[in-house]
Amino acid sequence: MHNIVAKAQLSPNVTRLDVVAPRIAQIRKPGQFVIVRRGEGAERIPLTIADADARAGTIALVIQSVGKSTQELVALEPGEAITDIAGPLGHPTELIESGRALCIGGGVGTAVVHPIAQGLHDRGVGVLSIIGGRSKEWVIFEQELGRLGEVTVCTDDGSYGRHGFVTDAAKDALAAGGIDIVYAVGPVPMMRAVVNLTKPLGVRTIVSLNPVMVDGTGMCGGCRVGVGGQTLFACVDGPEFDGHLVDFDLLMDRLSTYRDFEQQSLAACKEGACKIGLK
Amino acid sequence: MTPKLSTKQRLQINRQKMTEQAPLIRNANFDEVNLGLPEKVALLEAERCLLCKDPKCITGCPVGVSIPRFIELLSQGNVAEAAHCLLNDNALPAVTGRVCPQETQCEIECIRGNKGLPVAIGYLERYVGDWARGHGNQQTLRLAPPSGKKVAVVGSGPGGLTAAGELAKYGHDVTVYEALHKPGGVLVYGIPEFRLPKSIVAEEVARLERAGVKIICNTVIGRTYTLPELREQFDAIFIANGAGLPVFMNVPGENLKGVYSANEYLTRVNLMAAYQFPRADTPVLKGQRIATVGGGNVAMDSARTAKRLGAESSIIVYRRTRKEMPARSEEIHHAEEEGLQFEFLVAPVEVLGNEKKWVTCLKCVRMQLGEPDASGRARPVVIPGSEFVLPCDVVVVAVGTRANPLLTATCPDLKLNKWGNIIVDDQSMTSLPGVFAGGDIVRGAATVILAMGDGKRAAKAMDDYLRRPAPVPNRAE
Repeated sequence: MHNIVAKAQLSPNVTRLDVVAPRIAQIRKPGQFVIVRRGEGAERIPLTIADADARAGTIALVIQSVGKSTQELVALEPGEAITDIAGPLGHPTELIESGRALCIGGGVGTAVVHPIAQGLHDRGVGVLSIIGGRSKEWVIFEQELGRLGEVTVCTDDGSYGRHGFVTDAAKDALAAGGIDIVYAVGPVPMMRAVVNLTKPLGVRTIVSLNPVMVDGTGMCGGCRVGVGGQTLFACVDGPEFDGHLVDFDLLMDRLSTYRDFEQQSLAACKEGACKIGLK
Repeated sequence: MTPKLSTKQRLQINRQKMTEQAPLIRNANFDEVNLGLPEKVALLEAERCLLCKDPKCITGCPVGVSIPRFIELLSQGNVAEAAHCLLNDNALPAVTGRVCPQETQCEIECIRGNKGLPVAIGYLERYVGDWARGHGNQQTLRLAPPSGKKVAVVGSGPGGLTAAGELAKYGHDVTVYEALHKPGGVLVYGIPEFRLPKSIVAEEVARLERAGVKIICNTVIGRTYTLPELREQFDAIFIANGAGLPVFMNVPGENLKGVYSANEYLTRVNLMAAYQFPRADTPVLKGQRIATVGGGNVAMDSARTAKRLGAESSIIVYRRTRKEMPARSEEIHHAEEEGLQFEFLVAPVEVLGNEKKWVTCLKCVRMQLGEPDASGRARPVVIPGSEFVLPCDVVVVAVGTRANPLLTATCPDLKLNKWGNIIVDDQSMTSLPGVFAGGDIVRGAATVILAMGDGKRAAKAMDDYLRRPAPVPNRAE
């Protein structure tokens, strides 16, 4: 059992849970994730470790509530517990040793960018972050990233920071030069757009993929992704890959596999079959 | 006690039949297919054993169960002693009584098979194993005094559980690490409920825990802890993490929506209980026409599961004939009874999909059998111009698994063969002193009972290793 010690609402649909997981807190590296199972009957879902406090023995999980499973997770309150957390899983981020990195985060992906920026900052790499959301209230991790370097915030509606998409700001940053590597995490169309910018410039770009997963240890193959013409498993071969080689169409497509089920699950939930809000 | 029967009388008894759920009822539920033998029938079947002086059946058993002995005790009506005898040789009789391929192991060696049908050793094992489950208090492990040694077991599948039980019996302090949230390995994620109820695995695990074995789930060795870290904490280690990486067909279209590895399909349904969706949260694509590719037990399990999930057609696509199928004959027979279709001598060459990238059919070729290959089975050869399409909306790929490199990659000193399987010596020891291995991570995909045999042998070797006097360190430098 993993007790929840703190909870914060970061945006209208993004929640941060700080959870006791001492071993993982101690050894996790940027880019790694955990598989979380809330309790009996719940799904196993992969979540990136957004932050960790090794001394307190806690890890931060940043969860976008989209379906029944994530809604039930974010309904948990401090003092309650998550039954199962396994990890840290996946390969750590490939961090450059020196130079300047552009870290781009869209929506909840910004939480995944955060530990990468931390890792880079710890090595003395210059970090420039561009993060975005629909409007001001959807922007997350601005302060945390601000401690690691310069941050440009973009909002789709112009309610805060720069008006427009993160790719617009990224275009300018890349044009200004001096970027050795780009890390981009967010919705698939955003990562694809970033890759389309950096590919002609030949700037190495790492993306973090979030396909459907069950076990997270290479056993099921549900998370297969196309990278450079090869089929790889995001859980054990990734979750981060060279964005210039990723087949984003395939990723988008496979992510839609269970869309009908998600609706069904939520519908059943509304009829009272679920544990959201139950104490 | 019944008087002893003569050989002639024994020979007159016919092999008893297992009661089963009717095929067209069971193919719509997940309850167990085989219902076990009633006491009277079990005792009668036990009388069929000729109690050979030189029993061949034992030689066919990978864990060397004293088969005639436990059957004799059973036939005398002494089930408790029969259970004690059986459990002493085999830690999981209720499991192996259900999933072992007896027809190619113990029963094929049975002398009665030369003229008629062999003794139903599997049914009797199951009977006695189930009796022991119902009488748990009488069947606790008898433990040696504590040795003061700490051992770790990596993986809680059949190999790991067997080794853990044996090591506990020897008096060692045992910790089992499991990557998933529930112990049992393939017994819980792979083998379906209708063949092996999960409650049986849970009971076996509970029995080990009562004997002092610690089982720690959600711990991925190779990630949460590395093998070198375990070596610092334990006096010996047994690696039995299985052959968990699914093999795909490597044909175009395999990443379309609706194509599953058997591992994923079965894990969703068994471990995650997707057959209860939306009561359980994990979904699985049900499909109307499901094609399962492969001819082993895993293929049978997948295809029979598909039928139970409501598929109109569940089709097994296999490139050889029924005769070459590696599945247990009982599984094939059950699958046929349940209305599964078989496409023999057929091999997929491509998965085809619609504009939304959902599977619509398998493009296949017909095969004929040629010369025997390295495995001794006839090699299937493509018949030119035989291409055809098999309409389906879900494809389950059950063509095998291989070693998962998650653990071995964190320990470059551990010697592997070219397929990534761990190399062990005749004492089950790897290239690292004190680190032993067994089951599928050594053999490649095999069976529950072979993994259990490995677990048992390795535990003995580990006990010998742990009791050996420590070598005097050479400090010449």
